[in-house]
Amino acid sequence: MSGRLAANARVVAALGARSVRQTLRRPQLAAPLIIFPTLLLAIQTGGAGGAVDLPGFPEVNGFLDFMLAGAMVQSCLLAGNSGGIALALDIEMGFTDRLFAAPVSRYSVVLGRLAGTTVLGAFTAVWFIAIGLISGATIEEGVLGAIWIIALVAATALAFGSIGAAIALRTNSASVVQGLFPLVFVILFLSSAFFPANLMLEPAASVAEYNPLSFIVEGLREPILSSFDGEDELLALGSVLALMAFGLWMCALALKGRVRRGA
Amino acid sequence: MAAIETKQLAREFEGGIKAVDGVDLDVAGGEIYGFLGPNGAGKTTTVRMLTTLLAPTGGSATVAGFDVAAEPGEVRRKIGVALQEAALDPLMTGRELIHLQATLHGLPRERGDELGDALLGRVGLTQAADRRVGTYSGGMRRRLDLAAALVHEPSVLFLDEPTTGLDPVSRQAIWEEVEKLNAEGTTVFLTTQYLEEADQLADRVGIISAGRIVAEGTPAALKSEVGKPHLELSLVDQHGREADCERVLARFGKPLPAKDGKLLVELEHGTSEVGPIVVALDEAGLAVESLDLVQPSLDDVFVAKTGEHLEGAEEAPADEAIAG
Repeated sequence: MSGRLAANARVVAALGARSVRQTLRRPQLAAPLIIFPTLLLAIQTGGAGGAVDLPGFPEVNGFLDFMLAGAMVQSCLLAGNSGGIALALDIEMGFTDRLFAAPVSRYSVVLGRLAGTTVLGAFTAVWFIAIGLISGATIEEGVLGAIWIIALVAATALAFGSIGAAIALRTNSASVVQGLFPLVFVILFLSSAFFPANLMLEPAASVAEYNPLSFIVEGLREPILSSFDGEDELLALGSVLALMAFGLWMCALALKGRVRRGA
Repeated sequence: MAAIETKQLAREFEGGIKAVDGVDLDVAGGEIYGFLGPNGAGKTTTVRMLTTLLAPTGGSATVAGFDVAAEPGEVRRKIGVALQEAALDPLMTGRELIHLQATLHGLPRERGDELGDALLGRVGLTQAADRRVGTYSGGMRRRLDLAAALVHEPSVLFLDEPTTGLDPVSRQAIWEEVEKLNAEGTTVFLTTQYLEEADQLADRVGIISAGRIVAEGTPAALKSEVGKPHLELSLVDQHGREADCERVLARFGKPLPAKDGKLLVELEHGTSEVGPIVVALDEAGLAVESLDLVQPSLDDVFVAKTGEHLEGAEEAPADEAIAG
């Protein structure tokens, strides 16, 4: 049994490495992870920095400190979307048939893709922490806070990746997954990623208050702006785990359906 | 033990479409079995069921002694699969693909490296091993696909239309490799729509149409079932001489209805009569413009069984041209 587990772990690692290489070698997959969120961060930080003076805006050292968490979550959402597109492209070109015809669990094949998305998520967290620190932001919780941020961003990427993968496995179409791209921004702007929920107008304020993305953002923002209080972190972790469970369950259903349907 | 055995294998898709409708196969170990049929006949669906990529909706199938529905993992350990259109990632290098395939089959890294290098050499891709697959030609992609399917030394190899779209040289290279593999003991299940491919490679051929096997046997036996060779000829100045010519030809066999202005005769005693016919025509003062010996083809078998031509019929080997 342990031999089988080890074999599947090797497959997950190999497919994860392939997934990372594939993203780095295909600019249209890599760009959304780093370039778009970085540009948006630069534009918003440069153009809307006065927002910190609004009554009710959280106490921050600078607008960049506030925006970093949003940029990271945006990157995670886009990593999930890119991962879904890459998996759908694999399905379209028949590459997944090659993998499914091998004596490994089909879940390992999907987990391999998600492992790659997780690594890319961790990389984007490091990237945003680095450019944040270089540009004058601070992480109040220090090294421990940075480690928490990297871990949570990686887990969030995995969660969104699982949803992207489920859609890819169900639809077999890269264009359908790509078509969800605008939805990413709708979900993002209806959260506290770029603006405090308490300053939004209704009904956006209510949507943002209960949007799981807001919980994740606050869990990332907490160690940047102040120190761990436990509550925000738990809510963030709970949201990520719930999204992850939902995504993996959808993947499992889609995988079962594939053999039955034949596609 | 049969390498592949199916009993009433069937697959029905949503909407009641029966892609495969009760197929019985019995492929012996070490055999090259050609599965011939036009597009949409059920070839690929059958292969997908035999390779555990698709669940059958009826009947049963075993590959290398394992049930495809109940023991898919065991089946996958024994088979190599090169599917239609060479499903390769254009962003990977050839070497990366082979290594990934070795990992998928649980080979230790060192063994995977060793086998990978040997296979890349075997299919002539050593020089291109570190280039991305996207830069490969169609023939190179097919050879890489074949090498990837062989990494774990499978006992049964499924090749789904392995030469579709390839130039004659690349096609010949694939055929030679398939023949070598078979000589080493690998059972090969080959789907194709090319008559020449089935004719040249297969020990036995199964012809599938509309999801059912309509004929099965060795290529020679199948062709002999549908008729004898015939001669097609035209004269230099044919006008008004057809009757004379037909009288000469009738001495050697049964005249057939003329086709495209050519006179046809079925040869009762085979190709040995070609020489005497030429002599007889010459003695009768009939100058021959062209003379073709036409052997029955697998397309003729297909026509006899289904009333339709195979799409790849034009790919049949050129008939033997004798005179002009």
